[in-house]
Amino acid sequence: MKLNLKFSFLLTLMLAFILVLAACSGDGSANPDDGEDQDQTEDDNTDDTTDEGEDDASDEEQILVFARGGDSESLDNPSTTDGESSRVTKQIFESLLNFDKESFELTPGLAHDWESNDEGTVYTFYLEEGVTFHDGTPFNAEAVKINFERWADPEHKYAFTEEGYTYPIYGTLFGGYKGDEGHVIEEVNVIDEHTVEFVLNRPLGYFLQNMGMQYFAITSPAALEEYGPTINENPVGTGPFKFVSWSKDDSIVLEKFEDYRIEGLPKLDQVIFQVIPDNAARLIALRSGDIDIMDGLNPDDAAGVESDENLDLYTRAANNFGYLGMNVSKAPLDNKLVRQAINHAVNREAIAEALYAGYAIPATNPLPPGYLGYNDELEGYEYDPDRAKELLAEAGYEGGLEIDLWTMPVARPYMPDPETVAEIIQNDLAQVGITANIVREEWAPYLEKTANGEQELFMLGWSGTNGDPDYFLGSLLHGDSIGGGNRSFYSNDQVNELLDQAKVSIDQEERAELYKEAQRLILEDSPMVTLVHSTPVLAARNTVKNYVPHPSTSESLAEVELSN
Amino acid sequence: MFAYTIRRILMLIPVLIGMTIITFSIVHLIPGNPAQVILGENATEEQVEALEESMGLNEPYIVQYGLYVKDLLQGDLGTSLKTKSEISSEIWPYIAATFELTFFAMLFAVFIGVNAGIISAWRQNSWFDFLAMLFALVGVSMPIFWLALMEQWLFAQELGWFPAYGRQDSKDPIAAITHFYVLDSFIHLDFPRVITSLKHLVLPSIALGTIPMAIIARMTRSSMLEVMKSDYIRTVRAKGAGQFLVVYKHALRNALIPVITVIGLQTGVLLGGAILTETIFSWPGIGRYVFDAISFRDYPVIQSGILIIAFIFVIINLIVDLLYSAIDPRIKY
Repeated sequence: MKLNLKFSFLLTLMLAFILVLAACSGDGSANPDDGEDQDQTEDDNTDDTTDEGEDDASDEEQILVFARGGDSESLDNPSTTDGESSRVTKQIFESLLNFDKESFELTPGLAHDWESNDEGTVYTFYLEEGVTFHDGTPFNAEAVKINFERWADPEHKYAFTEEGYTYPIYGTLFGGYKGDEGHVIEEVNVIDEHTVEFVLNRPLGYFLQNMGMQYFAITSPAALEEYGPTINENPVGTGPFKFVSWSKDDSIVLEKFEDYRIEGLPKLDQVIFQVIPDNAARLIALRSGDIDIMDGLNPDDAAGVESDENLDLYTRAANNFGYLGMNVSKAPLDNKLVRQAINHAVNREAIAEALYAGYAIPATNPLPPGYLGYNDELEGYEYDPDRAKELLAEAGYEGGLEIDLWTMPVARPYMPDPETVAEIIQNDLAQVGITANIVREEWAPYLEKTANGEQELFMLGWSGTNGDPDYFLGSLLHGDSIGGGNRSFYSNDQVNELLDQAKVSIDQEERAELYKEAQRLILEDSPMVTLVHSTPVLAARNTVKNYVPHPSTSESLAEVELSN
Repeated sequence: MFAYTIRRILMLIPVLIGMTIITFSIVHLIPGNPAQVILGENATEEQVEALEESMGLNEPYIVQYGLYVKDLLQGDLGTSLKTKSEISSEIWPYIAATFELTFFAMLFAVFIGVNAGIISAWRQNSWFDFLAMLFALVGVSMPIFWLALMEQWLFAQELGWFPAYGRQDSKDPIAAITHFYVLDSFIHLDFPRVITSLKHLVLPSIALGTIPMAIIARMTRSSMLEVMKSDYIRTVRAKGAGQFLVVYKHALRNALIPVITVIGLQTGVLLGGAILTETIFSWPGIGRYVFDAISFRDYPVIQSGILIIAFIFVIINLIVDLLYSAIDPRIKY
C-alpha cells in the first residue's frame, strides 16, 4: 500500500513534466528534416573542435575569449555592413593593404608593394608570394580578380544575388556596380601570378584607402565554389586564424593557422568570440575571469575597471561624430547668424561629461581628429550664451523664436542617449531665448523625412569606414549628397568645388589642404552643430598583452598574447 | 476521447490560418520602410531601392501574403534577411535551447512549487505556511533581471560555483546532435560535459523558474485547502487513513486540475522565449532570436518566429486539455 502510494505521487509529478516533454517532441516532429540538416552541418564543424579541444587540454594552450554584445550577421564580410562581422573576419581574412594599428594609415597587407600611374587611373599591386588560403589553395592575382568581380557584378556566378546577397559597401565606395555610370573600377587585370592591376575610368582620391578595408578582404575562390551561398557560414581566407565553428548567438571559435604567412604569428592558439548581450553580465564574466576582453563597456563603469588591479581599461580612438543638424533650406535656419547663434548656445562639454562620463571629445569639425586633413587650427564655436543672444538680435530675433528639434529614436555609438541630449540642447537653447519643441519619430520615417527636408533642427551622426575624409565631408556636406547623407541641405559652391577636387586628386598632401579649407568654410557657414566624437571604452584582464583597439572597431589579434 | 482529440486537432487549422494573417499584418504595421531601417543612416537611395526590390516589398500586400502562405505550406519558413540563411534550418538550435531551459526551469518550479503548496495547505497557518507564502509573494513580484544579476554576482563572481553565461564551455564545445546539450552529452556518453551543461542550466533555470514556482505554490495551496474541506476527505479520514495518505493520494489528485492549467500556461509563456533571462545569461534561445529580428526588421524571421511560438502555445493548450481526462477520469469528452 505504502509503495503504491509513493508511486502515484511520483506519477502525478511526472505527468506534469511529461507535459513539457510532449511539447518538445510535438514540435520536433513538425520539422524533422530541417532539424537534421542543421545538425549535420554543425556536426562537421564541431567535431573538429572537440578533437582539437581534447588534444589541447594536455599542454598550455593560449585561448582568448573576446566578449561582445551581439553576434556577427555573416562571416562573408563584403555582403554586410555589420561591425560585429568585421571584428571576426579581420582574424580570418586579409585585404591587399592594411591599416596601421591605431590609425587609418596604410601598411602592406597581401600586397607588399603598390604603385599607380601619374593620373591615378592604373594601380598595380605586387602580391606576397607563397601565401595559401586555409583550404590549402594558393593565393594569387586570379583570386583577387575573382573577388573584385564578384562584388562588382550582380550577374557573377559567385555574387549569389538570387540568395539575397548585396555588396553595399562596395557600391558606396566604388561609385556603384558594373554597368553603373559612377562605377570607378573599369577592369581588374591579372598581369602575372603575383601582380594584379586595377584600371579606373577616373581617378579616385581614396582608392588605396578602400583597399585597406576589411570589407574588401580576399576569400578563397575554391571555397566560393565549394560552399556557394553558404559561404557566409564557411569563411576561408589567408588570415592568422582559421574558422572552426559557430553556434549562432553564442560563440564563434577560431584557431591558429599554422601556415600563416608571417613567421611567429599568431601567438594565440584559439580565439573565441562570445556573445554576452547584457552589459552588466559581461562585466561580471570579465571580473570572474571567464572572458579576457569585453567590448562595449558602459562609460559609467570605466572608473570601477580602472581601480580594479586585475583589469585594464582601453579606449578606442574616435571614428565618428554626433551632430545637431540645421536644415538651411528652412527659415529661420536659412539665416547664417541664427545658425551661428545656435552653435554658440550649445554646451558640448556638458554633453560629453553627462553622457559619456568624459569618454568623448567635444567636436569642432565634422571629421574625427587624426583623419587626413583634419583642421586643428580652427577654434570652433565657444559656449557663449551672451554672444548667441547678440547674434540672434543682429538677425532680428530679439524676442526669441520657436523651432522644432527632431530627436532620433535609437541609440547609436555617437549618440548613446538621444533623448537626454535633446533635453540638454532644449535647455541650452531656452537660455538664449529659443523655444525648441522636441519632435519624435520612428527610426525609418525619421531617416526618410529628414532626407526629404521636413525637419528644422535634427540630431544624427556619422561613423567612418575607410578612414578617408571624403566619407565624412563628401557624404554629409556636398551639395550632391542632398537627399542622401546631406540632411542639412547645405550646398556651398566653393565647398563643393573643393570636395570635388579632393575626391579625384591622388596627391594626399594636396587633398589635406583642400579638406582643411573646406572645413574652414563649413565652420563659417555653420550648417550643423558638431557635438562630440565618442571614444568607446573596453576592458580586459591584465593578462592580455599587445592588444590595441583600432578606430574601425576591428583589430587583428595576431600579436595578442596571454601572460600568466 | 479519440474523437475529441481529432476534433481538437482539426480545430487547429482555422487557428493557424488566423495566426498567419496576424503575424503577417503585425509585421506590415511596423512604421517605416524596412529597407531603410536595415541599411541605416549611411545608405544611399539606390541601395534602399535595390533592397526593396530584392525583398519583394514592391508587391501589393495580398500578393506578399499569398507568397508567404505558399512557402509555408512547402515547409519553407523563408530566408533571414540578416544572416541570409534558411530560417527552417537556422531556428532549430534556438528552439532547442529554449526547450532545454524551459524544461529545467519548470522542473524546478513544479517540484518546489507543488510540494511547498501541499505542505503549506497541510500545515495551514504554521510557520512553514507563513514563510512559504511570504516567499511565494516575493517570488511573484521579483524583478527577474535583478534576481539574475544577483545570482551571477554571488554564484559566479564571488563563489565561482556556476558559470555566469552561455549553454556550454565555449573553450570546450559540445558536438551538437539534437541541440539539447544535456541529451547530446549523454548520447556521447560524455559525463563531464553532462555536468558542465547542467551547471550552465542552474542559474538561468532558477531565475526563469522563480515566478512560475511562486504561482504554482500559491495555486496548489489554495486548491488543496479547498479539496481538504470536502466531504470525501472527511470520509477517508474517518476510515482511519494517515495524514500523508490523505494528502498525497486522495487530495492531491483532485487538487491538481487547476495546477495543471497553471503549469501548462506558464510552460507556454516560458517557451515563448524568456527574453530577459535569455539576454542576461546569454542563452541563445528563441526569445532573443525574435527580439534581435525585431530590432533589425528581419521580416521573415519575425513572421516565422512568432508563428512558431504561437504554434507551440496552441499545442501546449491542447496537451493540457487532454491531460485533464488522464488525471481526472470523471472528465469525459
